[in-house]
Amino acid sequence: MRDLLPEMPSALDVKDLHISRKGKVLLDVCSLSLDGPGPTLILGPNGSGKSLLLRCLHGLISPDRGEVTQDGLPLGAEQKANQAMVFQNPVLLRRSVSANLDFVLKRQGLNRILRKQRITELLAEGGLEDKARQSARSLSGGEAQRLAILRALASEPETLFLDEPTSALDPGATQMIERMVLRASSRGVRIVMVTHDIGQARRLAADIVMMQGGQIVEHGAAKKVLDAPESDASRRYLAGGLVV
Amino acid sequence: MIRNFIRAALIALGVAAGPAMAEEPFIVVQSTTSTQNSGLFDYILPWFEAETGIDVRIVAVGTGQAIRNAINGDGDVLLVHSKPDEEQFVADGWGVERFDVMYNDFILVGPKSDPAKVKGGSDILSALTAIAEAEAPFASRGDDSGTHKAELAHWGAVDVDPTDASGTWYRETGSGMGATLNVASGMGAYTLTDRATWLSFGNRGNLEVLVEGDPRLFNQYGVILVNPEKHAGVRANAAQRFIDWLVGPDGQAAIASYVIDGEQLFFPNAK
Amino acid sequence: MQNFAAEFSHALSLIFTGDSELWAIVLLSLKVSVLAVLISAVIGMPVGAALAVARFPGRRMMIILMNALMGFPPVVVGLLVYLMLSRSGPLGVLELLYTPTAMIIAQMVLVIPIIAALTRQVVEMLAEEYSEQLRSLGVSRLASVPVLLWDARLALVTALLAGFGRAIAEVGAVIIVGGNINHVTRVMTTTIALETSKGNLALALALGAILIGIAIAVNAMVSALALRAEQEGLRHA
Repeated sequence: MRDLLPEMPSALDVKDLHISRKGKVLLDVCSLSLDGPGPTLILGPNGSGKSLLLRCLHGLISPDRGEVTQDGLPLGAEQKANQAMVFQNPVLLRRSVSANLDFVLKRQGLNRILRKQRITELLAEGGLEDKARQSARSLSGGEAQRLAILRALASEPETLFLDEPTSALDPGATQMIERMVLRASSRGVRIVMVTHDIGQARRLAADIVMMQGGQIVEHGAAKKVLDAPESDASRRYLAGGLVV
Repeated sequence: MIRNFIRAALIALGVAAGPAMAEEPFIVVQSTTSTQNSGLFDYILPWFEAETGIDVRIVAVGTGQAIRNAINGDGDVLLVHSKPDEEQFVADGWGVERFDVMYNDFILVGPKSDPAKVKGGSDILSALTAIAEAEAPFASRGDDSGTHKAELAHWGAVDVDPTDASGTWYRETGSGMGATLNVASGMGAYTLTDRATWLSFGNRGNLEVLVEGDPRLFNQYGVILVNPEKHAGVRANAAQRFIDWLVGPDGQAAIASYVIDGEQLFFPNAK
Repeated sequence: MQNFAAEFSHALSLIFTGDSELWAIVLLSLKVSVLAVLISAVIGMPVGAALAVARFPGRRMMIILMNALMGFPPVVVGLLVYLMLSRSGPLGVLELLYTPTAMIIAQMVLVIPIIAALTRQVVEMLAEEYSEQLRSLGVSRLASVPVLLWDARLALVTALLAGFGRAIAEVGAVIIVGGNINHVTRVMTTTIALETSKGNLALALALGAILIGIAIAVNAMVSALALRAEQEGLRHA
């Protein structure tokens, strides 16, 4: 099937992932396969293991046992190079906005002319054209997160992980981020995003992974999970979420 | 950033190291604080340097340290004032030959109030005895310098071991002549000093000369070429020219002409 | 005391009317200490950064040793460098004793631990903040060193200035290895020591005033930079 659609990113598979600390099980995922085209949103209450799962998928944390594979291969340097991640609090280098992008482009081995061209494109994509020379640390929260996303996209990843990127932002800034995420998705970048905002899940998700207590309680098409959840845990979370 | 640092550092290091690698020949003289503090070298060296083009670099420390530095080979010429030690230095093979250069004298200075009543005397031994009996404050160099060695010799002659009283009336500063004079001035103590340092000293406060003219207070300076056979790096030719000049007519005349407030500080007596 | 005041103002006027000999001494002091600090930075910063990011047995011990060396007595440093550079020492053939280079070396021994220790602190804090992000971007530990050093540049300038403060104000080491030779290795602090021992307290104090002026200027720069660094760091805290 993927052979017929070459632009489709390869599948991410998780088998028997387990992490526990001090006798407490933090993550216990029997199996998860992400090979659909649309954005996947990981939903669940605080402490349900969403961010931990994301870090395992990106290879930032090694699980106690179990394995993450991309297209059937374990996560090596080559696989990780095809991934990028945006954190809840953007960690921007203490340099100018364009230097933050240039840092990644240089690592890609692009020459000066190509880099300059790419920076212009990226800044336009994030609406930061007039901030190029400004210190990245002087950006507003929304601008900083947009820059973090642009920097993640600069390496042209197949998969983009986002860990609650809008949790500290106002609705306007959130909307701009969501548009960027959708545009990236439509260009064929696989989006895997953690959120606890049900409205955001409804706006963005093609499929939803619902988590509770370190386990995946439900994984399915967004409409189905949101409107007719199968598990009690999902129902409880969605009911509580709707009240908020 | 780091590349720029290195570049700047290398360029600048070349500049700073310049004097060390200059083509101008130079010698290092290990000498004493008394000759330096009195201003003698600043006065006589320009003549020698103009005549020969040899830059004379003076390291001024106590006689004891100067001798040890010379033994380590860290100097080409030794010019100090403790004849027995100088002769030992030559006898041990560290120096080539010792020459008399000049002399001046030691003097006993102390507070105008003069608690030990030694003023006007010309006998250093009875003055020291009186100070010890009165337990009047006395500032000693305590640094193994030529002046310190001379002072200890006089205490030995009157059979007093002042170090028994160390910390009470006998204070060992462990410092140069000028620093010890500052201490004596500050606490109203007696001290033995060479006349040259005293004459050029600017912070006398209440101190004045109390005892002088005792032949025992004679202070002889000698000069020695550091043995090039012990240390290959010794700049023997230039150093020998300096010694020849110092004990020759030009150097001796230059020393004799150094005067502060009408008083001659050093008396040339090379043979 | 009135006499002293007159002498002091005379000494100050000597300095500020451009007495060439005095200014040569001030310039030599600056040259020696600036160079010592720059070379120390080239050595101390990568060492400090490496200690911040690398994990190896004995690392804790090295950090403790480095912090202890920050307070090493200058006289002992002077003595050690003298023993190395003396003609009867292992590096005697280089003929460096009693040269400005010897003073630079002694000051480097004093300054490198300061710069390395402060760099380690600064970089370790920054590395904690950057760690996940840099790993996500595929930057290895080793490759992260220049990134961290560059991004910590403001705080590192503070470390440089702290090192400079120690170097320029130090007398015990440079007087031993430099020899306080007129026109060659006589710097501000050794001149102050010499003039004090000659009883020329006014001149010594006037030179001290210049040294204090430099110290104030350096500290003003440190605090201005620290303030700027703090402001930048606090945004998005």
